[in-house]
Amino acid sequence: MYAPTTHILPLTTIQRERLLPVPGTVNVRINQRVSATDVVAEGRWAREHVLLDVARTLRISAALADKLIRCKTGDELAPNTLIASGRGIFPREVRTKREGRVVVVGGGQVLLEVGDVNIELRAGLPGMVTQVTPERGVMIQTAGSLIQGVWGNGRIETGLMISMMDKPDSVLDVSRLDVSQRGSVILGGVCIHPDVLRAAAELPVRGLILSSLHASLISVAQQMRFPIVAMEGIGTLPMNNAAYRLLSTNVKREVTVNAEAFDRYSGARPEVIIPVPITHEPALPNDIEVFAAGQQVRLRAAPYYGTVVTLVNLRAGLSTLPSGLRAPAAEVRTESGELLLVPLANMEVVG
Amino acid sequence: MPTSLVEGASLLAVDVGATTTRAALFDVVEGTYRFVALGAAPSSAEAPASDIGLGVREAIEKLQAISGRAFLNKDRALILPGQPDGSGVDAFAATLSAGQSLRTVIVGLLADVSLESARRLAETTYARIVENIDLTDHRRADAQIDALLRARPDLIVITGGTDGGASRSVQKMLEAVGLACYLMPAEKRPAILFAGNQKLNDEVKELVGQLTPALHFSSNVRPSLETEDLDPASFELAQLFTRIRRGQLRGVEELEGWSRGHIYPSAYALGRMIRFLSSGSESGVLGIDLGASAATIAAGFNGKLTLRAYPQFGMGEHLNTLQQHTDLEAIARWLTLDIPSSTLRDYLYQKSTYPSILPATAEDAAMSQAIARQTLHLATRKARQDFPAEVRSARPDLLPFLELISASGGSIVDAPTPGQSLLLLLDALQPVGLTHFMLDRSGLLPLLGAAAGHNNLLPVQVLDSGILQNLGTVISVVSRTAYGNPVLRVRLNTPDKNEVRIEVKQGSLEMIPLAAGQSAKLTVQPLHRAEAGFGAGRAQTIPVSGGALGVVIDARGRPLQLSNDAVRRRELLKKWLWTLGG
Repeated sequence: MYAPTTHILPLTTIQRERLLPVPGTVNVRINQRVSATDVVAEGRWAREHVLLDVARTLRISAALADKLIRCKTGDELAPNTLIASGRGIFPREVRTKREGRVVVVGGGQVLLEVGDVNIELRAGLPGMVTQVTPERGVMIQTAGSLIQGVWGNGRIETGLMISMMDKPDSVLDVSRLDVSQRGSVILGGVCIHPDVLRAAAELPVRGLILSSLHASLISVAQQMRFPIVAMEGIGTLPMNNAAYRLLSTNVKREVTVNAEAFDRYSGARPEVIIPVPITHEPALPNDIEVFAAGQQVRLRAAPYYGTVVTLVNLRAGLSTLPSGLRAPAAEVRTESGELLLVPLANMEVVG
Repeated sequence: MPTSLVEGASLLAVDVGATTTRAALFDVVEGTYRFVALGAAPSSAEAPASDIGLGVREAIEKLQAISGRAFLNKDRALILPGQPDGSGVDAFAATLSAGQSLRTVIVGLLADVSLESARRLAETTYARIVENIDLTDHRRADAQIDALLRARPDLIVITGGTDGGASRSVQKMLEAVGLACYLMPAEKRPAILFAGNQKLNDEVKELVGQLTPALHFSSNVRPSLETEDLDPASFELAQLFTRIRRGQLRGVEELEGWSRGHIYPSAYALGRMIRFLSSGSESGVLGIDLGASAATIAAGFNGKLTLRAYPQFGMGEHLNTLQQHTDLEAIARWLTLDIPSSTLRDYLYQKSTYPSILPATAEDAAMSQAIARQTLHLATRKARQDFPAEVRSARPDLLPFLELISASGGSIVDAPTPGQSLLLLLDALQPVGLTHFMLDRSGLLPLLGAAAGHNNLLPVQVLDSGILQNLGTVISVVSRTAYGNPVLRVRLNTPDKNEVRIEVKQGSLEMIPLAAGQSAKLTVQPLHRAEAGFGAGRAQTIPVSGGALGVVIDARGRPLQLSNDAVRRRELLKKWLWTLGG
């Protein structure tokens, strides 16, 4: 049976596509090395549009207005530029109010793009450009540790990781944050208080890697300008032992926190990448797995939500679960040796 | 022998859901169509597979293993038509609910006329309305364009203008739509359905035809101010849904080829069957499907269908936003176990992140059923507002009288006991009168609805063969009498001269066992002008057939009032469950 996966890998080849939301310019070339903060592509995006109804303002037909309009598609117009004027001693005029670019002219109307903003697309991870999509972006490849999480606030940043965790179920308390952590990525634990996020913003930190985030903090976390990744998602859950071990043995190293939102359809996951110098290119992670005995699996539901356990035996047919439900299931063993019966739907392969 | 039996014997139907893909085989057995076997596999619309074909093939392979017949060749392609060696099938049909709900913009003239029709039309499929524009919209045209761009729609439904009526105002709104589409990157432009003034069809084609990957037309949903006709447009929307999905999900095109176009949204296919079942029925027929992608409510009243699919009330990815529609306390009141509201809230997020997870523990099962009760309750209450005004009901705030309720969806049919399934349905729907409850355990009704496109005899014969599990006959009584007072006397007489008599008190839930396959006569005598579906205070004797729970009398009151005391409430919920067998 086809099995979902989550990647918690000490060494793998990581390929990430970085694309602009709108067409723009790609600043790098294939085989170029980039750092996480390099701007690999940039573009312009108009936040607003202004529709100038020339025909209506001049009280003339659309066909006549089209003849009087003095601009054409693509023109960059300064504020107060004359678009068209009527006839007579005191002719009516149509002028631009704001700086903009003409996107379309016709039907006696002019549509302008205004309020342009520049979009800078950063590499987000150090590595090699392996592919360029003209006008849109690049594929970057690196090697290192990859730890995928469940919830992210959409930001991305790189920095030195320091740990505030003593054990997988540590709670990140505001009293543990001080100015010495400024500019760092903090490996925290469970976050249950908004003051922690505000204090982290004030330092500021470059990122927060949490075990889990209390549901009441979602909107605060989304407003933060630094990336926040919750490895187990929303709630008050301890970090899974595999992720905790890998992260806590990599403190004082440069890490990239990509807090991309979880998207089941595109496969986007919030993740932490720890680049590692290599002599041989490691294998790419397996995205499609089949459940088998001996695998490490992460539990996606109670009991022991988030825990990484060992799959011991795939049961044939349907098994009756403690809830009374019957479903395809497997026996798994926890680190403490406890044997559990878990439906296959509630686990994902760690690899 | 009917022609259809000669023309096409076997039919394979596949439903691609958000979490599960099911393949069902229908074939001729002893001269009539029968449901033969079902194979199921996890759906594969999501990454990393991102191809529904994987799940479809896995489900078909399970079906091959169960039925002992080959449907896929060595290249894993469907063998179509059936071969002399018994491999393959003669026809294929499919239904689809996998994928994210369609971001939909509705455009109409009058907010409470054509825009409402557009809303009702959009709700016949898996749509989420993200923006609307009508004549009362006082934004400037450029602000409307920016709103449309921000909405990033997959679909725009345009209505407005009665046939031969207003056209200028519709044209103006079309301009905003056209300009917004023009500004979008070509690969992100939405599909458009125009279901307004038919006089404007050519103009619509000229204005937006080149700016959309798919422009569909249907007859006007508002041919006149007083008339609404959603049926042709909802069929067109079903076609458009599949076309949009073809661009979003790999594998849809292949299913379209196999099915020769007989691929429908699951909700639409369910609606087709409910309409058929309700034809000629005095009371209504309700079909519900509580799936991961949406809660679907299909209500048929003598052939007239009200179909609504609500992604926001689905048991999957939208659960993290359920608190926008209801509060945690409203869900928690259905819990049979003492579970903190923080745990319930976390469970909503977990289930939203992983829609396919199953309730493995007693606590998770209690939370899953509580959420199912509340989402189904909300979905039914919302759909009820669009039921035809003329349908018969005991009170305007209650569901109309329904002869049959058929339910599907994992949270309902996977409950460990029939009693849990029925109690969930009674709590959520709170019907009134005499209702037969059926479980569509394998989710076959939508598949039959899709199969009907190939062969209209097949669904009729398969339904007659008894594919739905009969949960029982329920009499839900409404009375103003005080708690504890008798409201109903019931007598059940079986052909073997056994007689059961009970007096039902206000506030109680009772069950009289009547095994599946048995028949009996049920005499219902309401007291104190109680309404049991036959008119206030009117008695009736009716034939009933047995089911998993026999005959159930629900005198708990409508609407159902639950105690504010959590301990007492949980005790009562457990008592009701115990009454229905635990």
